[in-house]
Amino acid sequence: MNLDATKSAIEAAVPGCHLEIVANPSPSAQHSLLVDPEHALAVATFLRDSPDLRLDFCSNVTGIDWPPRELSEKVKVKQTVDGVEKEVDEVRKTTIPGFLEVVYHLFSVTHKTIEPLPLRLRTADREAGVHLPSLTPVWRSAEFQEREIFDLFGVHFDGHPDLRRILMWDGFVDHPMRRDYVDPDDYEYEPTAHDQVLKRAGQHQSEGAAK
Amino acid sequence: MSTATYPTLDPLAHSEQNQEQLLEISMGPQHPSTHGVFRMNAVLDGERVVRLKPIFGYLHRNHEKIAENETYLGSMPYTDRLDYLCSITNNWGYALAVEKLAGIQVPERAEYLRVITGELTRIQNHACLLGFLLQDMGSSGTPLMYAFREREKVLDLFEALTGSRMMCNYMRFGGCRTDLPAGWLNQARSFVAELPRFLDEYENLLVGNEVLMERTQGVGVLSRELAIGAAISGPMARASGLNYDIRKVDHYSIYDRFSFRVPLGQHGDVYDRYMIRFLEMRESIKILNDAMRDIPDGPIVDPKWKPRGFRPKPGEAYGRIESPKGELGFYLISDGSPNPYRCRVRPPSLINLTVLEDLCVGQNVADVVAILGSIDIVLGEVDR
Repeated sequence: MNLDATKSAIEAAVPGCHLEIVANPSPSAQHSLLVDPEHALAVATFLRDSPDLRLDFCSNVTGIDWPPRELSEKVKVKQTVDGVEKEVDEVRKTTIPGFLEVVYHLFSVTHKTIEPLPLRLRTADREAGVHLPSLTPVWRSAEFQEREIFDLFGVHFDGHPDLRRILMWDGFVDHPMRRDYVDPDDYEYEPTAHDQVLKRAGQHQSEGAAK
Repeated sequence: MSTATYPTLDPLAHSEQNQEQLLEISMGPQHPSTHGVFRMNAVLDGERVVRLKPIFGYLHRNHEKIAENETYLGSMPYTDRLDYLCSITNNWGYALAVEKLAGIQVPERAEYLRVITGELTRIQNHACLLGFLLQDMGSSGTPLMYAFREREKVLDLFEALTGSRMMCNYMRFGGCRTDLPAGWLNQARSFVAELPRFLDEYENLLVGNEVLMERTQGVGVLSRELAIGAAISGPMARASGLNYDIRKVDHYSIYDRFSFRVPLGQHGDVYDRYMIRFLEMRESIKILNDAMRDIPDGPIVDPKWKPRGFRPKPGEAYGRIESPKGELGFYLISDGSPNPYRCRVRPPSLINLTVLEDLCVGQNVADVVAILGSIDIVLGEVDR
């Protein structure tokens, strides 16, 4: 089933959902399907259970950070300078707001599909609106991978059974895979027993030096 | 940036029954059976596991972030360090994804070289795993040394071909880095010819072993449905009867030309996962024999591909291969610059760990070690 047919099948099965085909210009030609977060769970369930598609193998889940971008284009504008009308180049800047994106690469074990169907979800922004529905109830394989996206990108998956940091430690702040992430100067190491031991050893040595 | 609160691990708070009887133990991170720095927080009722949470990230160096700051080719040596037992298949997965992204063709001889080195990697990974698994279950020394003796021969072959035993850095986009040195094929042929004897010997030593069967049969059973839902791949999925081998499904490279079978298990227990690896080694021998017989002459890298100033057109690609541990995928996004905008590794070890708790609950704590060993994880890949 090609992507257009898939899109219309989903639209028929899940009324009210907004789908968009995101074209991929590279030679791989893996075009993806952008789904709105409100209907994502229903769309995912349909994709998994529909007998024609049976996308039961959610192989890969990953996040992408798209920070705000500035597009600058040159526009010719007529201006009156010293009573003479001239055409002057003006640079107009438009800002595209940033967002976080989550991609699910779906395969079908039943139909043994070769190319993945990438399913994309986008957050509203990069600060307060980083909430997306968790698809772990549909595909169990998303459990650890959504935790990883939460940890490294800061997307909050509503409905995830166990949303915790997975690679970074519990006390860590910030999300290292964001494009604007900066290593802190005083890098916060995970406190270990060794630190206390070293501190005591240091005191001991300075006492020894004073004598 | 907003910092949200999130729950931390407190297993006792969630368990209902026998609060005062339960014991929480932490296995690892420096436990000999965890194959690296890996920790499991287990809640026990007597010897029975009630709850178990894996904790990892001790080897986390953010490979994906490093790849964003590196050129496409510059990431190739880093992929060696993901699953450090099978560096060549890691190279292969990454090269395949970049070739999909940029539309690069691979010459015939290079495909054969990839298959030969890839299958040798599979053999040495499976041999090692069987050794580790038996070591974990207490048969100290001998099986592991037998496996390492065979692995050593493969590593010698890799060293002669690539200059390095473990960190091979062998693949290039559109081919391979070096051609076979003189006499290499004969050395490899004699290794492969002797391999069935090793497998027979190993099998005689262990397959009918009553202690091993008692320890592993019916332990850590993974159902086929859960294997699909949790996207379990590789020998672990096939042990549960899931006929899904990406070499057969995707028809990537030249695997269509070789006749080999996909061994399937019935029970999905530790014993099946163990046996599947034996059988897969025998199938790999068939592929190796055919590939070494048919390998043609010719270029080993696409002559049109220029390593300098390599900039794929904007777009994205997901490429995957059947690595010895399962489905190894790379997801790349290009924005037209020399560095990838995003490089994601789909690590089979991490995703196969998703079901660790499901396999361990209800088993004895001693079986947890065998179950973890049968999943076949490498922490360099889990943590990345």
